[in-house]
Amino acid sequence: MATNKRIDEPTGTETVGHEWDGIEELDTPMPRWWLWTFYLCILFSAVYVVLYPAWPLVDRATTGILNWSSRGDLQRELVNADEARQAFRAELAEVEVADLRADEELFRRAVAGGEAAFKVHCSQCHGSQAAGVQNLGYPSLSDDDWLWGGTLEDIHYSITYGIRQPDNNDQRQSLMPSFDGLLDAGQLAAVTSHVQSLSGIADADPAGAGLYEQNCAVCHGAMGEGDRDLGAPQLNDAVWLRGSSTADITQQILHPRMGAMPAWGERLGPSTVKMLTAYVYSLGGGEDAVAPPADEQAVAEVEVESGGQ
Amino acid sequence: MSMTERHKKLERNITLLAVCTFITVAIGGLVQITPLFYLDNTIEEVDGMRPYTPLELAGRDIYVREGCYVCHSQMIRPFRDEIERYGHYSLAAESMYDRPFQWGSKRTGPDLARVGGRYSDEWHVQHLINPQAVVPESIMPTYAFLADTTLNVNDPSANLATLQTLGVPYTDEDVTQAMADLILQGSEFPGAGLADFNARYPNAQARDFDGDPDRLTEMDALVAYLQMLGTLVDVDSAAAQQELAEELGR
Repeated sequence: MATNKRIDEPTGTETVGHEWDGIEELDTPMPRWWLWTFYLCILFSAVYVVLYPAWPLVDRATTGILNWSSRGDLQRELVNADEARQAFRAELAEVEVADLRADEELFRRAVAGGEAAFKVHCSQCHGSQAAGVQNLGYPSLSDDDWLWGGTLEDIHYSITYGIRQPDNNDQRQSLMPSFDGLLDAGQLAAVTSHVQSLSGIADADPAGAGLYEQNCAVCHGAMGEGDRDLGAPQLNDAVWLRGSSTADITQQILHPRMGAMPAWGERLGPSTVKMLTAYVYSLGGGEDAVAPPADEQAVAEVEVESGGQ
Repeated sequence: MSMTERHKKLERNITLLAVCTFITVAIGGLVQITPLFYLDNTIEEVDGMRPYTPLELAGRDIYVREGCYVCHSQMIRPFRDEIERYGHYSLAAESMYDRPFQWGSKRTGPDLARVGGRYSDEWHVQHLINPQAVVPESIMPTYAFLADTTLNVNDPSANLATLQTLGVPYTDEDVTQAMADLILQGSEFPGAGLADFNARYPNAQARDFDGDPDRLTEMDALVAYLQMLGTLVDVDSAAAQQELAEELGR
């Protein structure tokens, strides 16, 4: 074949020696930069095969002399990140939940960490500003209306053990019974309007008051003040989890819907839960462990802000 | 005959060229693909993975039918940012009973590989009915019709039997019991069959998922599926962590 090679007159380039029906092909040399890049790539792959996982063998691939793995890489990155936070976490671990606020700097950092964790784990229900979702049953965490208590310890307990979670004996648990069939239509209307009257959105209804006293007061309180031990919502304020219209309240009496919250304790670990506790506490409604006399002024303000649903 | 002379034969015979091209490309493919079938560390051995229950399977079919995978992946990659948001990275074994797998290739919405147990059933129902009611910034379309549509699985036994032939380890009892299991898992009070059901499907959650105990809707099935995702394998257990730490070459 080499015999067929010749120098093409007009271009001065050698031909490859092939010839198809009189058509020949020029053997233009490849650009040097291209050729060298090609050789370097070959060299690179040879080095790569030695250093990194490459050839599949019998039961596993060669591991390479660097012992590199993407998961190992990740592990190192996580450990490094963890070490950077270790001092803070250790400090946090030593502090009792109730004393979180004692060290102002620690509390500030816990709030910052809690804010980040809140966005990932809590905002889907409680909203990115922790304002909850009115009428769908997701409580606002930025007011001082608490279902299960607003002290650091109460909040910490709720986050750790969750609310109405199956298979968890430490969860917060309570159940509002259904009054379907227990009240006739007239009684239902009377109770509903009495519940509305507790917060001043309807006129008082004496018939309803009696029924309320018998059926509802044991959990929700004689004046509708609620019961935090049972998670029974306060009925005499302007905050409504499931709506304040007659239809909403009637529906809730007949077929109560109750909120549920996952138990985050095991999933997030103690330090993240503490940070979340600090964050939720800091949102505006945090309460001191020993409840001081209620600050009527503050309560009134919050109720106005929450829009009086 | 010189090398170029032999190559000339190849270039001038189109059939021979096609056959040789195929062989060359096949070698490249085989070298890359075959080892994945036998290397020990391509599929980790994990505890807790089980075939999907008939109700979860029905939910999964709805997930596929509605094209959820177009916007949601089920694949947490081993990067720090993903792990801090979604949880432990996905293991190959966790999708071993997925046919086809639902890893997805695009995240318009968040990854769902470990969404199980993160939210309440009620949240899922509200969110599927009107996503913006609970997440105002969401662009997810509504799937309210799921709550109104009675779940219609003609023959769950046939679904399971098909998967059985594909190698999913359903027992014959699972196959014959499929319809009963499906109804049991979605009922408000599962009753006496629950122990047997849980023995065959460990960690399966049985309850009324959609807040409408009177009937089994597509919402029940989809929420049952979502609540199961990522909950079967205890990836954070000490033993699992130990094995993953010793693993090299990936």
